[in-house]
Amino acid sequence: MSHVILRHRDIPDINKIDVYKKNGGCAAFKNAVTKMKPTEVTDVVKNSGLRGRGGAGFPTGMKWSFIDNNNWPHYVVANADESEPGTFKDREIMECNPFQFLEGVALASYAVGAEAAYVYLRGEFWQVAAILDEKIADMEEAGYLGDNLFGTEYSLHIYTHLGAGAYICGEETAMLESLEGKRGQPRVRPPFPPSVGLYGKPTIVNNIETLTNVPMILANGADWYKSMGTADSAGVKIFSLSGRVRKPGNYELPFGATFRQLIYEKGGGVLDGHPVKAIMPAGASSSLIVVDDKVLDTPMDYVSVRALGSELGSASVIVIDDTVSIDWVINKTIHFFKHESCGKCTPCREGNYWMLHLTKKIYSGETSQADVDLLVNVAKQMQGKCLCALGEFATMAVVTGIERFPQDFKKVAKA
Amino acid sequence: MSLAKKYPKEIKQIMAKYPPEHKRSAVMPLLYLAQREEGYVNRDALKDIAGMLDMTETEVASIVGFYTLYHDEKAGKYRMQVCTDLPCALRGADQFLESLCGNLGIKVGETTPDGLVTIEGVMCLAACDKAPMFQVQGPDGIKYHENMTVDKTMELIDALKNAGREVK
Repeated sequence: MSHVILRHRDIPDINKIDVYKKNGGCAAFKNAVTKMKPTEVTDVVKNSGLRGRGGAGFPTGMKWSFIDNNNWPHYVVANADESEPGTFKDREIMECNPFQFLEGVALASYAVGAEAAYVYLRGEFWQVAAILDEKIADMEEAGYLGDNLFGTEYSLHIYTHLGAGAYICGEETAMLESLEGKRGQPRVRPPFPPSVGLYGKPTIVNNIETLTNVPMILANGADWYKSMGTADSAGVKIFSLSGRVRKPGNYELPFGATFRQLIYEKGGGVLDGHPVKAIMPAGASSSLIVVDDKVLDTPMDYVSVRALGSELGSASVIVIDDTVSIDWVINKTIHFFKHESCGKCTPCREGNYWMLHLTKKIYSGETSQADVDLLVNVAKQMQGKCLCALGEFATMAVVTGIERFPQDFKKVAKA
Repeated sequence: MSLAKKYPKEIKQIMAKYPPEHKRSAVMPLLYLAQREEGYVNRDALKDIAGMLDMTETEVASIVGFYTLYHDEKAGKYRMQVCTDLPCALRGADQFLESLCGNLGIKVGETTPDGLVTIEGVMCLAACDKAPMFQVQGPDGIKYHENMTVDKTMELIDALKNAGREVK
């Protein structure tokens, strides 16, 4: 099957505007602006069943329909802050299939009436921002961005904005704060960005992969898109496969493909032929899944992965084999979250500090069962008490790791 | 020389991206400009930016402090920032960082005696399938180096050294 998102793997030079156009590119945007009402664009996306690919899985068309039409101007912000350990899909899209992504931004902007859109890239994506600036200029020159597009009253400008190293800016309200020139700390919600977003104006924030789906949906129709994937999770998804596999990388598959297909058929199996011990399906924020044959044959969609006691999230599948101990894994994830806590909410700021202290002690073996119990206690006290999901995410691997892999925390009891 | 005098063209381009009534949005790109030459944001630049954007110096300094890619102290000309987060660590990133430091005779966080390279451990860089990997933050921005070995890294450091000589 040919790719929907990673089309550069089928079509060489699709990162050149002529090649992109020859393969149907930009036609959906021109058609929308000249022949469709903005709400009609939103309806097609709504009917396609497209859900946000950044992790939360919120229906995209529904989000667009929440835009407040009593307050202007509107903005679109593309979330290219990709920073979750295990996630590396958006960078490939922007580097290799940039026009399809930018056309997605343009279609979203037209649908919600935004005449300015920002692509917020994590600061490390310096080279990606340079590529996008070049491609935006190409689209302006070709008449697909700028003032009075295709002779209509609609104008659109897209700008890149580089962050500067902060995982929290992937949270949409922290991103808006950062874009406003402030420290990236989450806002109290509600109000949500479609009512009060950038500069206090209605704003739609979407993930890069989400937006890159949109031109194909507009070109081929909602039914075409829905024909792929499962009833609950329509379409295709990029699975970022990493960890102890032979061939890590991005693999585009319809929702509902199994873990086995991803890890063994695409990823070539585990290094040195070891068995899979645990899977983190949503990066470092995941609840750990204990792996057996039944798990490997589970379809990867939102509902089925939830039934395993985890979440599909951004589909950043980290594979852990039997050479790895889970006490080491949670020390690694907490090291990350402790560093990335923005410090606004006390349970997250202090909780991660203490969790790191404890996971270090436990991993180094200088401790007792009481410390493991204390760690679980600290984690559970953080849950449900923070403004954004970071405080929650940090506790997932800790709580499920100790609960589901007790043997890896037994060594401490002897010390 | 003030930032405004040194980079008039760049500043104009940056300011054009944001609504004039929200010029504070330009603080992040201006800070990148400010640390381009010396690798860190000095006190004068803080003042310049605060003046340009109607912010206080403290507000600008809080931005420098919050984000990891801004620096308020001088380090090596190039900061070599190695990812050691979980997916990279599952593919040997910790061992890579340790042997790299061993080869250079410095510890994580230290700078080579010639002032060329500072080695740092950093959080996930979204290149988990290409570990071991690092980014180099230097005067020309940030570049990724993926699927690295210690030997390849030592060659890169030599190349950076020689590049410096040619410029002089």
